[in-house]
Amino acid sequence: MEKVLMKGNEAIGEAAIRAGCKCFFGYPITPQSELPAYLAKKLPKIEGGVFLQAESEVAAINMVYGAAGAGARVMTSSSSPGISLKQEGISYIAGAELPCVIINIVRGGPGLGDIQPAQSDYFQATKGGGHGDYKLIVLAPSSIQEIADLVMDAFDLADRYRNPVMVMGDGALGQMMEPVAFKEPSAVELPPKDWATTGMKGRKPNLINSLYLDPEKLEKHNLKLQAKYKEIQEKEVRYETKYCEDAELVIVAYGTTARIAETAIRQGRAEGIKVGLIRPITLWPFPTKPFEEVINSVKQFLTIEMNLGQMLEDVKLAVNGRKPVHFYGRTGGMVPTPSEILTQIKKLAGGE
Amino acid sequence: MENRKVIFERPRSMTEARTHYCPGCTHGIIHRLIAETIDELDIQDKVIGIAPVGCSVLAYNYFNFDMQQAAHGRAPAVATGIKRVLPDNIVFSYQGDGDLASIGTAEIVHAAARGENITVIFINNAIYGMTGGQMAPTSLVGQKTQTSPYGRDAKLAGYPIKMCEMLSALNGPAYLARVSVHDVKNINKAKRAIKTAFETQMKNKGFSLVEVLSSCPTNWGMHPIEALKWLEENMIPYYPLGEYKTLEEVK
Repeated sequence: MEKVLMKGNEAIGEAAIRAGCKCFFGYPITPQSELPAYLAKKLPKIEGGVFLQAESEVAAINMVYGAAGAGARVMTSSSSPGISLKQEGISYIAGAELPCVIINIVRGGPGLGDIQPAQSDYFQATKGGGHGDYKLIVLAPSSIQEIADLVMDAFDLADRYRNPVMVMGDGALGQMMEPVAFKEPSAVELPPKDWATTGMKGRKPNLINSLYLDPEKLEKHNLKLQAKYKEIQEKEVRYETKYCEDAELVIVAYGTTARIAETAIRQGRAEGIKVGLIRPITLWPFPTKPFEEVINSVKQFLTIEMNLGQMLEDVKLAVNGRKPVHFYGRTGGMVPTPSEILTQIKKLAGGE
Repeated sequence: MENRKVIFERPRSMTEARTHYCPGCTHGIIHRLIAETIDELDIQDKVIGIAPVGCSVLAYNYFNFDMQQAAHGRAPAVATGIKRVLPDNIVFSYQGDGDLASIGTAEIVHAAARGENITVIFINNAIYGMTGGQMAPTSLVGQKTQTSPYGRDAKLAGYPIKMCEMLSALNGPAYLARVSVHDVKNINKAKRAIKTAFETQMKNKGFSLVEVLSSCPTNWGMHPIEALKWLEENMIPYYPLGEYKTLEEVK
């Protein structure tokens, strides 16, 4: 397939359109602004296409709720402080079991922070940033090609499980340009949206709702959601491993950080250090299988993030005390360099 | 049976469920006016309602058509999302004063400013009902509530918001009216305004809103009849009834 040179944010927009998304609601925030700008240009040219700049992130996510409830393939995008504002709506969307895709091009925080790449939204994305017992499917691409592929997959996952899916990149992935080839939209059969509010037309009324005043009913609803999350954990885990066959030290990193770590790993290997990589692609469900595969042969793990240790907790849970887990992170929008990571690798490899 | 003629019946657009509303509350009347309007306009099959947060959160149990429940104040945004993807359907939100004039002020102002082709039924009873009678953005100066126990003091809590007047400053709205349901004459006028609002949307003319002055005997601490009298004597002078924007004006 033909490759085109595209900016990450624009590739997201193009992938969404190719996946059949006709409907976007958002509010401007750096560093994801090229995405709504791309869709503002393209969507009105598509039949039934909807682009609307909302008055706030709060309104945008609630427009997504309405459109998703009405049966549309719908997307919104934002960056960290904007995603914080969207958490109210995300909780409602999860509660009402509506499918939608949420793009988060993460920047440094807390508060207004800065506009540089960061991974400090990991907790917010994977641990339920809004209230209640709910989960998002969280996908973490590490290249523009993977962004395009995962955005297209995200719509199918959302529709299959009637669940919001977040594709989480960072400022670097949003802003960088790389060649990308868009795949064909999947032909998988998805469940019909017979629950959507489209007007009764001869059937019984449909209701989109997350209110269960009777606690027994709400508990039942939550247990039903948990059963769905369990199914997602069993079927939808994605990860990549590299150089793990003989590795004594395994680095765990995702997104941009994983790419930088890979450079450091190659340099380490060139110097004879047996170092490998586990790269989670789904941050939730978190992949535990690759840890089981290496747990006996590996001597130690090193988690690297652009935050001060968030995924670290999931890595420690996966390792469960069986091997030491070390951490190296930069924060505030600072991006670790390959040589910084190599220094960490050498320190750990030499310390045995 | 042949010689018996039905002269009054439940609107098709209402279910048989008994409402949870307090005795004397006028939500029931307003629900019925909406349901009758939907029946008369024959749009039950394509209407999508938005239930708010507050006393009328369970409205979806009483209306017999598709509905979505929205987060506090967000109904106009939810309605926007639905209407944009289903422009041929009829979309309306049902919202109270705390919902529309406080936590959801941004959403209602911007839906109105966009001229979003939706209908909003705005119930103003000058108090938060569901949460137990706290001061609303529409509580009158001097009105005693749980959170203004000495009477609303404008110096501390500001002045009650007149939504129809405020929204009429915008270019987006096509129809804005304030009505009351404290007596039969006004109930009939309210019905006409609600019908006009839905017709405005059916003609694709843009945003329509009907503010309905409503009573809350329980949280006002009054007998239902006393409450209707209080509404007439205290609310109407501050919230004058009438049409604030009509289709003629927006032509």
